[in-house]
Amino acid sequence: MTSTTIRTSLTAALASAALVLSGCAAGAEDEAPEMEAAPMMTEVIVVGSQAYYSNEIIAEIYAQALESAGYEVERKFQIGQRDAYLPELESGAVDLFPEYTGNLLQFYAPDTMATQADEVYEELQGALPEGLTALAMSPATDQDSYNVTAEFAAENNLVSIADLAGIDGLVLGGAPELEERPYGPTGLLETYGVVVAFDATGDITVDALLEGVISLANVYSGDPRIAEFGLVTLTDPEGLFLASNVVPIASSDVAAELAAIIDPISLALTPEALVALNLQSIKDQLSAADIAAAWLSENGF
Amino acid sequence: MDVLRDALVWLSESEQWSGDGSLPRRVMEHLYYTGLAVVVAALVAIPAGYFVGHTTRGSTWLVGLAGAARALPSFGLILLLVLLFGVSGRETAAVLALVVLGIPPLFAGAYSGIHQIPRTVIDAARAQGMTEWQILWRVEAPLSLPVLLGGLRQSVLQIVATATLVAYVGLGGLGYDIIQGIPLRRFDQTVGAAIVIVALALTLDAFLALATRLATPRGVRVGRLADVRAR
Repeated sequence: MTSTTIRTSLTAALASAALVLSGCAAGAEDEAPEMEAAPMMTEVIVVGSQAYYSNEIIAEIYAQALESAGYEVERKFQIGQRDAYLPELESGAVDLFPEYTGNLLQFYAPDTMATQADEVYEELQGALPEGLTALAMSPATDQDSYNVTAEFAAENNLVSIADLAGIDGLVLGGAPELEERPYGPTGLLETYGVVVAFDATGDITVDALLEGVISLANVYSGDPRIAEFGLVTLTDPEGLFLASNVVPIASSDVAAELAAIIDPISLALTPEALVALNLQSIKDQLSAADIAAAWLSENGF
Repeated sequence: MDVLRDALVWLSESEQWSGDGSLPRRVMEHLYYTGLAVVVAALVAIPAGYFVGHTTRGSTWLVGLAGAARALPSFGLILLLVLLFGVSGRETAAVLALVVLGIPPLFAGAYSGIHQIPRTVIDAARAQGMTEWQILWRVEAPLSLPVLLGGLRQSVLQIVATATLVAYVGLGGLGYDIIQGIPLRRFDQTVGAAIVIVALALTLDAFLALATRLATPRGVRVGRLADVRAR
């Protein structure tokens, strides 16, 4: 069904040489003459998302915004992990995908030294493969962060990760891969001189912190449980963590026209707004579609 | 096939064979949870299966319950039990989830092992003046042992495979290398650990297959080859 729609729209928009690159148009190359195109209002934009509830909400926001701008949108949500969906994006089968600057940069450039938000964004633009464009990044972040309980922070006067140095018996909890990540136990020791044991608490990390099984927890900064349980996120003055702002990744051939609609949304999506969106999903069990619709109308889109 | 070759290279590297998170250590963790769960499951399932098999009381609902327990998703059960017991009780929670997984095949083995014994054999034992306990221990238990061990094999196989999941709550085992390797894209490590789990499962199964052979009473084994009465 989509191939017909796409072919129709292609005929309507032959001149846009960029569109020919979209990959769906093999064979249309010869027919692409130099002439002005009609606006591509009938084109189907495929929006994808990770299998992560917060990411799906952002994808749903993009999808609804595009729909109200007159685009036909196909949703390919819950595609899974980067290994599964990046090939889809690169091939042009998916046009728009909410991503995170730091984590995506690490995927394409594992040895990157950048950690601050602007550096990461700049480097990411260079690291993206041909055919993919990063639209404007959002101030909202969803990145690794180290958290302690409020009591533990008060007891030890903790503000930054550096304040942990010298405390005995620290146990760091997080996903199993944290043990091997550059910002894991090794990074803590090298950057801040903090010595920790590691406990691969995975999905139960926050529970483990609250019960005192671990003293330091790696939680995504967009996680509403940080506010819910009054956790204290330690600051990271030395840039141990890679900044990871929400950033829409688009197929280059449609990037310019999508940017007009998506960029204002990215700018309006603040870190607090992202946490609030996540909270509605976790606590109120609202669907991504409802959460997205409410946020768009509240923010005048 | 490159991944497989990489996995074999990974397996042959010396750092996998000594130290804190090394394979021997992971195998021991894996066997610890497997063994503990099998023992507890056997302590619950075998007496229950013998009771139902011997008395045929409660067979309908107990057999039904054991069947229904097979449908419980283990991963969900582990996380649920960890939430109930708290993170400090996660070891109990994980073992309990594995016990629930291991009970149905063991129960079915104990129950149907007795159930398949011809009633005439048991009636004959009773006619000889054996007490109910003597019938259970001297007739039913030995004659049902091969079927029970078949149930034990199934139970061990399921538990050793599912013990992979305890790594999700930070308890280690061979699953740790798998769930750590996937997000790090270290597929040599992921596949390597998977190979070790398969090898472990096959070894345990071969061992139990041998035990089943040895445990089969001579009369039963002969009877399987040829009908003695027909001679």
